[in-house]
Amino acid sequence: MQMQSSRQGDNLYVYLAGELDEHSVSEMRAQADRVIDEHAGLSRAIFNLAGVKFMDSTGIGFLIGRYKKLRQYGMAMYLENPNAGADKILSLSGVYSLMPKI
Amino acid sequence: MRLKFLSRSENEVFARNAVAAFALPLNPSLAEISDVKTAVSEAVTNCIVHGYAKGEGWIEIACKTEDGCLFVEIADEGRGIENVEEALTPFYTTLAEEERSGMGFTIMQTFMDGFSVHSVPGGGTVVKMSKKFGAQAESDAR
Repeated sequence: MQMQSSRQGDNLYVYLAGELDEHSVSEMRAQADRVIDEHAGLSRAIFNLAGVKFMDSTGIGFLIGRYKKLRQYGMAMYLENPNAGADKILSLSGVYSLMPKI
Repeated sequence: MRLKFLSRSENEVFARNAVAAFALPLNPSLAEISDVKTAVSEAVTNCIVHGYAKGEGWIEIACKTEDGCLFVEIADEGRGIENVEEALTPFYTTLAEEERSGMGFTIMQTFMDGFSVHSVPGGGTVVKMSKKFGAQAESDAR
């Protein structure tokens, strides 16, 4: 699992790549939270999932955890480019009502 | 196929890929394979974070194919589930503080055709799932 981030204007872009499961998520949480802390005060965080080849409900938990952290900073969260498999579990779990797909 | 491995999270990726590879002769679609991998990953995650929450233990996966259908059994000898009905409720989790979504069993039920869970508190849990490949293609063709 790999993560990269960049700032574009008022937006924080987070690019996730690899397989989002119990193993990778436990390594990824602290790194993601550090990036969010560094960009506190921006309006939006957009998580780009184009590189995510696999995701299970642990990945859903990870995204909801980051959503809660962003909300403390008053930042909105969005998701973009999930593959078909990720899109299926994101839809099923109702995550898009918290972090819309753009 | 029988597969036995320790409840370490780094084993999840090969467990789900092994079941997917086993199912390949049945000619599943990419979407069907993705469903199987996700369901297996959910069951194995449960063994690791719930069944063996306080340590390490063995997880055993048994697979067979029959009439174009994949059957998967995933078993642990961990602490078991006190109330299975409650555990099956969407969004129910005993580990909310760990960012758990509570969607594991719901995903297994939704992504597979057959699903059952048998658990003995203190004695372990067995999840049985099955999936008929080509079911979507058949209904599309009609």
